[in-house]
Amino acid sequence: MFFVLMESTRSALSSIWAHGLRSFLTTLGIVIGVASVIAVVSVTQGMSAFIGETFASLGSNSITIGSYTPYQDRLKGNFARLTSDDLNMLEARADGIAYITPILFAPRSSQIKYGSQTAFSQILGTTYAFQDITANYPQVGRFLAPSDNDTRRRIAVIGAKVRENLNLPENPLNEYVELGGEWFKVVGLLEEKGEIMGNSQDDMVLVPYSTMQSIVGNQTRTDIQIQMGLSEGADVDTVVQQVTTLLRSAHNLEPGDEDDFRVQTAEQLMETFDEIIGMVTVVIGGIVGISLLVGGIGIMNIMLVSVTERTREIGICKAIGAKRHHILAQFLIEAALLSLLGGIIGLALGFGLGTLISSNIPDFPPAVIPMWAVALSLGFSGFVGVLFGILPAAKAANLDPIDALRYE
Amino acid sequence: MSLIRLHNIKKYYEMGSQVVKALDGIDVSISPNEYVAFIGSSGSGKSTMLNILGCLDSPTEGSYHLNGTNVESLSQNELSEVRNREIGFIFQSFNLLPRANALQNVMQPLVYRAIGRTERKRLASEALHRVGLGSRMDHLPNQLSGGQRQRVAIARALVTEPSILLADEPTGNLDSRTSIEIMQLFDELHSEGHTLIIVTHEDEIAEHCHRVIEMKDGRIHKDDHAEQLVEPA
Repeated sequence: MFFVLMESTRSALSSIWAHGLRSFLTTLGIVIGVASVIAVVSVTQGMSAFIGETFASLGSNSITIGSYTPYQDRLKGNFARLTSDDLNMLEARADGIAYITPILFAPRSSQIKYGSQTAFSQILGTTYAFQDITANYPQVGRFLAPSDNDTRRRIAVIGAKVRENLNLPENPLNEYVELGGEWFKVVGLLEEKGEIMGNSQDDMVLVPYSTMQSIVGNQTRTDIQIQMGLSEGADVDTVVQQVTTLLRSAHNLEPGDEDDFRVQTAEQLMETFDEIIGMVTVVIGGIVGISLLVGGIGIMNIMLVSVTERTREIGICKAIGAKRHHILAQFLIEAALLSLLGGIIGLALGFGLGTLISSNIPDFPPAVIPMWAVALSLGFSGFVGVLFGILPAAKAANLDPIDALRYE
Repeated sequence: MSLIRLHNIKKYYEMGSQVVKALDGIDVSISPNEYVAFIGSSGSGKSTMLNILGCLDSPTEGSYHLNGTNVESLSQNELSEVRNREIGFIFQSFNLLPRANALQNVMQPLVYRAIGRTERKRLASEALHRVGLGSRMDHLPNQLSGGQRQRVAIARALVTEPSILLADEPTGNLDSRTSIEIMQLFDELHSEGHTLIIVTHEDEIAEHCHRVIEMKDGRIHKDDHAEQLVEPA
């Protein structure tokens, strides 16, 4: 059997080679199908790998709670708020939370000055727990400490982008920046995190929460965000559920009332993204299925022509002793090889295309081809070849030797 | 013991409502190392005869024993096996594989015997040397003259060391000088001990053979060794 396979492969290759152009055109359908799937898969996989890494660095088991006001209420001027009371309540009563921190956004101007330089950035009032929840660690200096909060110290921890924008020295420690008319001493510089989809993760200034409160003033109307890090082994869904229940009762919501807050998990964001990728994959899969089908029909068509063309040859081979399986194997292997070669060319082309696309879009992650895509596309194109080769090969193998020999 | 024994072979074709009797009761025996010519006008049934002898076609009726095997009971694959081992075909139109060179053409029947490539090459090159084409082994059929192509075909028939060589109008497409050369080759093969059966309509070709069987309307009209018909098996 192995011998038959070897010999059939040899003669199939020489036959493919003998009709070079025709073979190429025959398999073009497969080439295009595989190339397009590999191009798309390599781009989306590259993106997905990159986003996965980014989420991991954001702190994948963190929960963010923000206030939420339905549009109707906003028109009426009723704004939902999360307050320090909510924070204290959750800290005291919710289970499964390792860290919890408020975030207070600077309400109006987020202008920062250093010397004659002015920049705009995101200014957050928060506490020391922020670094563990969001995985932001200082590169130089220190992070916010609990005592900073207690004593409303006027200090700031800045992101790398802010240092750059303000022309602060490489080591910005002990420099003073101006925020909302007050002077803040820089005590720490955060590690650089890069960009997600063009948004810099390094453009922020962190100040103690209580300091921020005192700047914002009017404490009854402050609206904070609460970030929590889950403790080891805590179930995200359970925690989200508990937090929701606690907040609803704290806000005196009746059953049937809409939540006036939103709980977001990093997992949710990732799930949303995975859903999109999944949908793209399904759509691409459908397109590829169709193009491989069309490619397969093209191969079958040419193989049928080839059988007719070589009827006399088949007759000769049968006259000198070829059995059914010899002829069958030769045509089947020829179809499979043709298709597989198309798959390989498509693979190379698709990878080239994917690389070209991702390298031409700025800030786009590099293309990645997962092994399963390679195995799948080659396996599938070989399978298509065999599937659509069966009919022509069976036709060839069943030819009657005298009829075939007489064929003109 | 005869190599070929045909008993009451009939081959009928249906052409519309008419039945054409291509062969109508053939009894013939051929012994090893005979040199036989089947002659007759076209339509006499000699080509059908050859197809049946070569196991390419099966008779409607009658029995055919080849080298002791009853051929009529064999399956298509077993018939392929018999064609490969027992029979060497030489055709009027050579029937070489157009994309394979002379050596590859001669090697082809050995592929179906699962003989390794090196051994195949050795045997094929020997056969080509035997027919005087040792220097043209890498030529494609269309780079060879008619006579050379027929030599390649003869080498292909010889390489499997068959019991019988069957030639169907082997000189039909050749000029007279080349025909003589080919017939000389056949004479030599016969003297080396091969059994040859040639179908022809040319008397000069038939003259080379030691036994001439003339066919007419699907029957044997004349057989100059008729006594062999009654030879016991």
